Amino acid sequence: MLTVTKPEVTMMPDVIEESRTIHSLLQSAMRWESGLVLLFVVSLIYGSSVSSYFFNVQTFFFAGLNFGEIAIMALPMTLIIITGEIDLSVGSMLGLSASILGYLFMHGWNIWLAMAICLIVGILGGALNGLLVTTFGLPSIAVTIGTLTLYRGIALIVLGSNTAVGFPASFTKISLPIGNTHIAYDFAIFVVLAIIFGVVLHMTPIGRSIYAIGLQGETAYFSGIRVKRIKFFLYVISGFLCAFAGLLYTFQQASSASDTGMGLELNVVAIALFGGVSIFGGRGTIFGVVLSVAIFASLQSSLTDVNVSAQVQSIVTGCLLLMSVLIPNAREGAGRFRAQLRRRTSGVS
Amino acid sequence: MEDEETAVSSGPADLNHVDSPAAVLVVEGATKFFGPVKALVDGSITLYPGEAHALLGENGAGKSTLVKILAGVHDADGGRMTLDGQTVRFSNPIDAREAGVSVIYQEPTLFPDLSVAENIFMGRHPLRSGKRIDRAEMMRRSRDVFERLGVQMSPSRTARGLSVADQQIVEIAKAISFNAKIIIMDEPTAALTEVEVQRLFDVVATLRKEGAAIMFISHRLEEVFAMCQRVTIMRDGAFVRTSAIGDLTIDEVIYSMVGRDIVSLYGDHTRTPGLNVLEVEHLTREGVFTDISFNVRAGEIVGLAGLVGAGRTEVARGIFGIDRVDAGSVRVMGQNLKSGSPLAAMRAGIGFVPEDRRQQGLVMEMAIDRNASLASIHELSRFGLIRKSSERKLASEWAARLQLKFGRFSNPVKTLSGGNQQKVVLAKWLSRKPRLLIIDEPTRGIDIGTKAEVHRLLGELVEQGIAILMISSEMPEVLGVADRILVLHEGHLAGEFSREDADEASIMRAAAGQMKASAS
Repeated sequence: MLTVTKPEVTMMPDVIEESRTIHSLLQSAMRWESGLVLLFVVSLIYGSSVSSYFFNVQTFFFAGLNFGEIAIMALPMTLIIITGEIDLSVGSMLGLSASILGYLFMHGWNIWLAMAICLIVGILGGALNGLLVTTFGLPSIAVTIGTLTLYRGIALIVLGSNTAVGFPASFTKISLPIGNTHIAYDFAIFVVLAIIFGVVLHMTPIGRSIYAIGLQGETAYFSGIRVKRIKFFLYVISGFLCAFAGLLYTFQQASSASDTGMGLELNVVAIALFGGVSIFGGRGTIFGVVLSVAIFASLQSSLTDVNVSAQVQSIVTGCLLLMSVLIPNAREGAGRFRAQLRRRTSGVS
Repeated sequence: MEDEETAVSSGPADLNHVDSPAAVLVVEGATKFFGPVKALVDGSITLYPGEAHALLGENGAGKSTLVKILAGVHDADGGRMTLDGQTVRFSNPIDAREAGVSVIYQEPTLFPDLSVAENIFMGRHPLRSGKRIDRAEMMRRSRDVFERLGVQMSPSRTARGLSVADQQIVEIAKAISFNAKIIIMDEPTAALTEVEVQRLFDVVATLRKEGAAIMFISHRLEEVFAMCQRVTIMRDGAFVRTSAIGDLTIDEVIYSMVGRDIVSLYGDHTRTPGLNVLEVEHLTREGVFTDISFNVRAGEIVGLAGLVGAGRTEVARGIFGIDRVDAGSVRVMGQNLKSGSPLAAMRAGIGFVPEDRRQQGLVMEMAIDRNASLASIHELSRFGLIRKSSERKLASEWAARLQLKFGRFSNPVKTLSGGNQQKVVLAKWLSRKPRLLIIDEPTRGIDIGTKAEVHRLLGELVEQGIAILMISSEMPEVLGVADRILVLHEGHLAGEFSREDADEASIMRAAAGQMKASAS
């Protein structure tokens, strides 16, 4: 049997198999994402109908402006949620990084050195999360709620009620588009990072391991995947990018305070989930999250254009998020219902 | 109650009348299939009030399935069951309990934070007016039950911290408070000390006097002989015989449980093994297994036999690095293996096909080809990216070799049958070209045809010089496939048999701790 005796059943021509695979792959991967594409188009049409400025390139690429940090933090969050964990300390980490930058700058530190310190703090903060979740085996939701409070507390001690201002113009200019283009800095950074994360998640052994961990952690471990190490590094990367987002945010606003980024963790999680990432782990794509970012950004920009208040905007956001949880469930429920119906009718006949 | 009391005097004394109307429970020809797997072909047993009746058989003989049918966990596919002369059918555990059948499992599951009395009356507390729980009544009734059983236990203490034996007593008290006519005990003594076993025997004697029928499942034959009046033996999912215990010797019981010459089914083979691939020395994990030493050579299949819970899987997990060991060493090709690292074990050339396919062997939601490549993704990568073409090649190559029946490689592996799922797990490890394959219950839940295929495959692998360590609870499989058989009993190596010396009876004896380790 070990010699190559191909039986009929498996004699499937490779070409057909290949194209079928692509077909089914597209089918399964695109289902939620195609809904998102549709929604994105709708939001663009809506945006352009309510605001004559909407398709003005400048507004369009500036849509990222209030959104870049959230979008950047959503990338490592996506990977963490796919492994079946969560990181709720992202908003606080951003705030802590911004506060430390402000404090050090006000105390006359070299700006580059101050930035490096912030990034190191981000790495350490992420490592603490990772250590508690992996080595101590604590539930990540509890751990990161703890560090959410902890990091915000440290930020308060560092900067108190002060607001740091007066950052060099060569840094705060990132609130303007890059050079002569109409592209915002954070938008560009997000695109580059999204490509990197997309490649890692969908094409590398690490990405494959991340899915396996989220779907069946024990099997992953039994297959030689270093489950704890991967989770640990994801937290470290999350901490690092949140600290980085904190720097971006500070320079864009040209100021930093200890409450910077308060509550952002919920937006970040919302973006990931709306992008089709399963809160139970094992499912989700970077493409979906990118679409989710685009939809939220364009919606926010058009709703702001027509002077919809922030409160109403958050109601819209909330409804979208609920939809993202309900629709896949409803589809599954409908499938079950159909199957039941089939069984019943076949039983009668 | 009156009926049962009269039955006590007539029933057990009159055991030769199989159709005696006093029988409280009669099961005839119960069958149960799980897909293509026949778990139970002919489950038959008759219980009389006031008797302790042993149900014996090897692992996989169908005892548990029969018990689960009686407990309402499984619905039988066929056969007849009468309770007090009336045909019954339990579609859920509540039905069974209301009809008077209670099952005491080896490890009871009580609510740890509730009191003993609350555990006994969970879900049907005695009530006062206004639907308030009548705690006083509950305590009083609990105390009554313990008094009847002759057991010292405070109904008001919480269940947390009770020993397994005490937890069983609570379960028995619960059964009695339900007026259970039939109490089934599934390996109740496995985790008990001798004193506790004696107390359980006394409780059983009391229950019998009150007219309950006790069905007792145990691998410890001495206990069966000490406690039971009759015994029913099963084999391969079917009834073999029911006898009064006095009519049988231990050897006759073992023969009935084993009862056939299976070795011939697997064909005869003699192999000449090569060099040591695996050397295990003094391997110990506190409280799990102790001082395990053995070796596996290239080109031989070593079988690891023993009862469920003897520590076979745990030893395999220790070797593969799933669990850290406390002492001892594992060497592969003469090289020491780092403890607690599956990756190190894999790099040393070990593959591990675990017992629990769904939880440990496969990612059920993941595609077939991705499961097959899961242990080799790094090897299939170039410049850090997984080469899809190599991955697909690996999958199609092994699908052909193992004659995998599937739709598309991109289908989730959960869509495959059990046997084909096992082939995917095998492909995952064999594609790494292991020197040693550890395979835990290679054919559990697999249809007969695929089972034979797997056995043939194992044979071919050793011909090619791979060393195989196979854990199996199925005696015929161990005897038919292995070249050498190690037997574990309660975490210790209890015997080693060559293929020629091995027979089911002696392995059973070693597994039951009836034989001192002589060969090892």
